Amino acid sequence: MSKKVGITGNEAIAQAMRIANPDVCGAYPITPATDIMQRFTSFVANCEVKTEMILTESEHSAMSACIGSSVAGGRVATASAAQGIALMWEMLFIASGLRLPIVMGVANRALSAPLNIHGDHSDGMGMRDCGWIHFYSENAQEGFDNMLMAFRIAEHMDIRLPVMVGLDGFITSHSIETMEYVDDETGRAFVGEFKAVNPLLDIKNPKSYGPLILTDMYMEYRKAHDNVMAKVPGVVLEVAAEFEKISGRKYGLFESYRLDDAEIALVVMSSAAGTTKDVIDTYRAKGVKVGLLKPRLYRPFPYEQMGEALKHCKAVAVLDRADCFGGSYGPLFADVSNALYHYAQRPIMINKIYGLGGRDYMPDQAEYTINELIQIAKDGKVKSIKEYIGVRE
Amino acid sequence: MATPLTLKELSRKEELFTPGHRLCAGCGAPTVVKMVLLATDYPVIASNSTGCLEVSSCISEYTAWKIPWIHSAFENAAATISGVETMYRSLKKQGKISDEIKFVSFAGDGGTYDIGFQSLSGAMERGHDMTYICYDNGAYMNTGIQRSSATPFGADTTTCPVGSHIPGKLQQRKDMTKIIAQHGVPYVAQCSPSHWGDLMKKVRKAHEIKGPKFLNIIAPCNRGWRTQSDDAIKMAKLAVETCYWPLFEIENGVTKITQRPREKKPLIDFLKPQGRFKHMFAPENEWMLKAAQEHVDAYWERLEKEEACFAPPAPAAAEAPKVAD
Ligand SMILES: Cc1ncc(C[n+]2csc(CCOP(=O)(O)OP(=O)(O)O)c2C)c(N)n1
Ligand code: SF4
Ligand SMILES: [Mg+2]
Repeated sequence: MSKKVGITGNEAIAQAMRIANPDVCGAYPITPATDIMQRFTSFVANCEVKTEMILTESEHSAMSACIGSSVAGGRVATASAAQGIALMWEMLFIASGLRLPIVMGVANRALSAPLNIHGDHSDGMGMRDCGWIHFYSENAQEGFDNMLMAFRIAEHMDIRLPVMVGLDGFITSHSIETMEYVDDETGRAFVGEFKAVNPLLDIKNPKSYGPLILTDMYMEYRKAHDNVMAKVPGVVLEVAAEFEKISGRKYGLFESYRLDDAEIALVVMSSAAGTTKDVIDTYRAKGVKVGLLKPRLYRPFPYEQMGEALKHCKAVAVLDRADCFGGSYGPLFADVSNALYHYAQRPIMINKIYGLGGRDYMPDQAEYTINELIQIAKDGKVKSIKEYIGVRE
Repeated sequence: MATPLTLKELSRKEELFTPGHRLCAGCGAPTVVKMVLLATDYPVIASNSTGCLEVSSCISEYTAWKIPWIHSAFENAAATISGVETMYRSLKKQGKISDEIKFVSFAGDGGTYDIGFQSLSGAMERGHDMTYICYDNGAYMNTGIQRSSATPFGADTTTCPVGSHIPGKLQQRKDMTKIIAQHGVPYVAQCSPSHWGDLMKKVRKAHEIKGPKFLNIIAPCNRGWRTQSDDAIKMAKLAVETCYWPLFEIENGVTKITQRPREKKPLIDFLKPQGRFKHMFAPENEWMLKAAQEHVDAYWERLEKEEACFAPPAPAAAEAPKVAD
């Protein structure tokens, strides 16, 4: 029996963690993700989970402890954001390189300096190439659903990789929305029992983890990691199909909204997608063929599928809630462009940087972007490929 | 019954750190590891920080470790084993595991005194049931003998090289053993492989105490110290006999000197054979020898006082006559 509730994104993540019932959680507080572990530790304090907590003295140690716990042989989860993820960065590569199925909830937040605690994708983009699987969630519902599915994907015998589930800091992490849980029993059955692979605690079969691998084999390890990544989209879809059976909610690698017959499209992740869909509806009512693509699985990036979904458009705007410094484009723009580059006929692409450090993304920003796409679709003229929107002059 | 700590009995035990590792000939670190692993009959799981011991003991599919072992990074041996130990507690609580296992970290002085200090301090404070073992060779040896905060005063290293203006390292060592003792953990000790009986007894004791334990073990490095390659045990012994490396323990706040040198040798006996201190014997650097000796003397004196604080009370002296006023 599922039930409708009004909760915050952080509570949704914490509830999914409660259902998954990890053996160990290691964590360190950071706004706006702190709340996830505050809620979760109250489940621990009230014996609603079997979890042992490790409340470390830093995020570097939190991820190190998660790595130790995961290698030992059990289910492990954590949560963090921004500076915390930046501090863990070294350990993120080690978690994935050791092929550990750690699940991390992230309330995505801007990076310092200047110090800012609000919603932004800079932290997620900073860990983009760490070998983790990444999900981005539009709202609390998706946060909950992605988090439950994350355990299945991370622990899948063909995958065994860490997974990060992001939702927008404050915008989603702290706003109350209605959503539907999967009831505990169904959720627990869906996530299933943890199956250990070569656990360090098996003293009868001693294993060495973390060897030195030199020029003769390092590339082969990297290739093996990349090969596993290639299997991820298939497993994500498999798990989503199973999840649909228990929840009635359907998930793909990304969401296409009024995209099939669209002439112009916007690509935008997480909470801003909701606002954009509303604006699209008003334009559709006026007869403008506009659609949206909302990435869900961000790493590995489903280049092929996304290319196929967007190739028919005349013009596409990619909205990035993070920027890459160095005169280049936003990270999502670069990915979507890569997905389309090899088509002979492809959309004209523009990039908008929006919402940094929690700046509100308002309907007029979507309208502004759509109007520009309409004009580009008509005359093919691009005034500038990259532009900051919603910014003071 | 636990294996008696006699050479005869110990020599029959399986070595859990095997030959074939790639540490330098005569390195003190593997001797320390072997002694630590020989000392106990419990199964042991270890974490290891990046450094000489780690890079040389597990390369590709070759490992010298016959125990479960994990290396993850340089600064996190303590946090890593705290994770392993916590999973152990979780699974034990759930009835999924029943073995009695001991958890150990091996880390160099760099991985302990410097970059791993925070991780170690956190793990000690959290109270994990673990024994953290620092093999202290007094510098970052793996990366080519750079100074650490464990490097002795005066030493010539590749980042505090002896030059025309600066005569090597100008700072004294950090007193790591006492710093960890100040965390209020139940047991810390300093050990030396030259005194293997003392070392093994301390390891054994540590394993019998619940909670976080810290052992600081001197591990001579002939490359960094510039000594003969078969000098490791001799140098470790001189470190103890000169009181450069006193052997003591602090158990529940009570300090005890476990091996008191019969005759406290002058520090130069320890410094002289080491190339890294050669410049200190130049006439213009006499002050360095003096400063180094003074530091050792002061430390030893203080340690004796600390021990005296906890010495059993002397037979009751006659009550002092009360002075009427
Ligand atoms: C974060 C980080 N910084 C620097 C290094 C480079 N590094 C590897 S081992 C090492 C020194 C190790 O010194 P110590 O812990 O004393 O062990 P030893 O090699 O002397 O046995 C350094 C600086 C690293 N691996 N990781
Ligand atoms: S450099 Fe020193 S510590 Fe490192 S392996 Fe050689 S002797 Fe041992
Ligand atoms: Mg060292």
